Amino acid sequence: MAVNAARIKSDGTGQSPFLSTAMFAPAVLYILLLVGGPFVLAIFYAFSDARIGNAELHFVGLENFRSILESPSFRVAIRNSLVFTIGSQIVVVVSANILAIALETAFRGRGIVRFLILLPWVAPISLGAIGWKWILDSIYSVISWTLVALHFFKPFSAPMWLGEPHLAIASVLLVHSWRIIPFSTVILLAGRTAIPKDIPEAAAVDGAGFWRTQFQIVIPMMRPILSVAVLFGLIFTFTDMTVVYILTAGGPFDSTQTLPSLAFALGIQGSDLAAGAAISLFLVPLLVILAYFMLRVARRAEVS
Amino acid sequence: MAVVETRDVTKVFKEGHLGAVNNVSFETREGEFLVFLGPSGSGKTTLLRMIAGLETPTSGKILIGGQVVNDLSPRERRVAMVFQSYALYPHLSVYKNIAFPLKAQNVPKDQHRKKVEWAAGLLGIGALLERKPRELSGGERQRVALARAIVREPAVFLLDEPLSNLDAKLRASAREELERFHRSVGTTSIYVTHDQVEAMAMGDRILVLNKGVVHQLGTPTEVYDNPADTFVATFLGSPPMNLVELGDVIVGFRPEHFLPSVNATGTTIPLRFEVDNMEYLGSEWIVSGTIAGGKLDSKKAVSRLPSAQHLRHAGVYDFVVPTRTLKFFDPATQRRVPEREIQWQ
Repeated sequence: MAVNAARIKSDGTGQSPFLSTAMFAPAVLYILLLVGGPFVLAIFYAFSDARIGNAELHFVGLENFRSILESPSFRVAIRNSLVFTIGSQIVVVVSANILAIALETAFRGRGIVRFLILLPWVAPISLGAIGWKWILDSIYSVISWTLVALHFFKPFSAPMWLGEPHLAIASVLLVHSWRIIPFSTVILLAGRTAIPKDIPEAAAVDGAGFWRTQFQIVIPMMRPILSVAVLFGLIFTFTDMTVVYILTAGGPFDSTQTLPSLAFALGIQGSDLAAGAAISLFLVPLLVILAYFMLRVARRAEVS
Repeated sequence: MAVVETRDVTKVFKEGHLGAVNNVSFETREGEFLVFLGPSGSGKTTLLRMIAGLETPTSGKILIGGQVVNDLSPRERRVAMVFQSYALYPHLSVYKNIAFPLKAQNVPKDQHRKKVEWAAGLLGIGALLERKPRELSGGERQRVALARAIVREPAVFLLDEPLSNLDAKLRASAREELERFHRSVGTTSIYVTHDQVEAMAMGDRILVLNKGVVHQLGTPTEVYDNPADTFVATFLGSPPMNLVELGDVIVGFRPEHFLPSVNATGTTIPLRFEVDNMEYLGSEWIVSGTIAGGKLDSKKAVSRLPSAQHLRHAGVYDFVVPTRTLKFFDPATQRRVPEREIQWQ
């Protein structure tokens, strides 16, 4: 680095092709080795019969994709991935907006509340998920215990939060929401503080009530930052497998399986690398679309 | 149209601290252009915001059109406000900005276009309706803000330093335009400014405020020629009124009344004036220096003269002040006191 820095021409621009290449190289290398390489390998495996513990490889064409598309678990996984991702983002956007509005005005203890709300984001996702696993456990669930204590259910008859397909889906969706809400709240809060106070005041004098001010002035003004929050949330949730893996491991009966967790279950746990690779490739089209919007938002933010 | 009145309005932001506005009472006249004038921190904007309903008074009553509005929200007060920053909605076109108050007050949709076009026409921005605020110049933004304020035909107009974001040249023409605008719509208007030139030029009457207290309410002529106290005397006029303490009274005279003795007529008070600085401002000269000899020896004074060619730096000259232009103030209260005989020598 020092050598390259010394080569900077003294023409006052401070630009040196060597320096910029050197600064750029680690990022490019990182992406090539840890993202590009596995990605190419996944494409390669998806058209082969690769298995763990078997060194031989044969090209099998679209066979893997054919068998995946025929499997009911895969269709459930695609549906779940979309339900979890979109559903939790709806919950997140609504809750994060409410929280941001509540936390915008000063009140006693606001600092502590902000800290508590941010906690789920700071805690490792696996620890959070393990916590929820206990909260939703079939025997030790604190929620069931409370509901029984309040006489909503007879002892031992409370719902099995993670044991019944619909409840399990709802539970996973809500834990995903819980995970992303702090992040969105912080982003939206920043967006709100960036709006000059004059604007909502002008709306108030113009005759707008709370809802009109929020929905026609404040939230539309936050659209760029709101789309950043939503895009990040979509990507985090869509690619995540920790929550499902820890809470339900895809069960009961593969009812909460998502694309990443199914790929892991089949490819790594089930030794069928080829099937796992083929499944994970289905993540690509959606991620490409998200990445496109992400870049567009970033460019817009630069312009304004 | 309506009259705005405040009765003993006080606003204390932090308990135990001095109020931003203290016991302010005044009443506008129908269709009047009233100016709140004061330095920054004088409470003029806070007072305006309380009238708009954006702040709640700590005590006192605010009346619009004879009705107490303390508990009414801004939307129920039928006031329109133009903010210092204009506060245009950046994501909406000019048309939608102007139409927003109509929408918010549930005016039937089929009337929107007619009303927006009327307001835009009044301000000469009919060609800009499809633009976004960021595509407009400062002067155009100000006109959009005014159009948005006028479109709902409010009972009262509140303007918070609407010219302060414009450059000096544009400000003069925008000021003229605002005056013409007020004449044509005739709505009672309250205008906040720290600029005495704006206040003098535009106000039917001026409410002079300092530290949240009303010092004087009067026409531009009244506040300039008959200031109620030393604050008003020195805040209005540039350079400010000369104030010299003479025994148990403060004597004041305007720089334009402090003249070389050759220019004087009538009964005058003679003073020796030692010049130590001269500024040429094109149409006039600002000459500052100290009084030499007599009871006022070494007191500072400023003179404003149409020409000062015959004066030289460090020279001592015979100056006079016409007796009828003198103002007298009580040193203890700083309030104006009646004229009296004084000994100059």
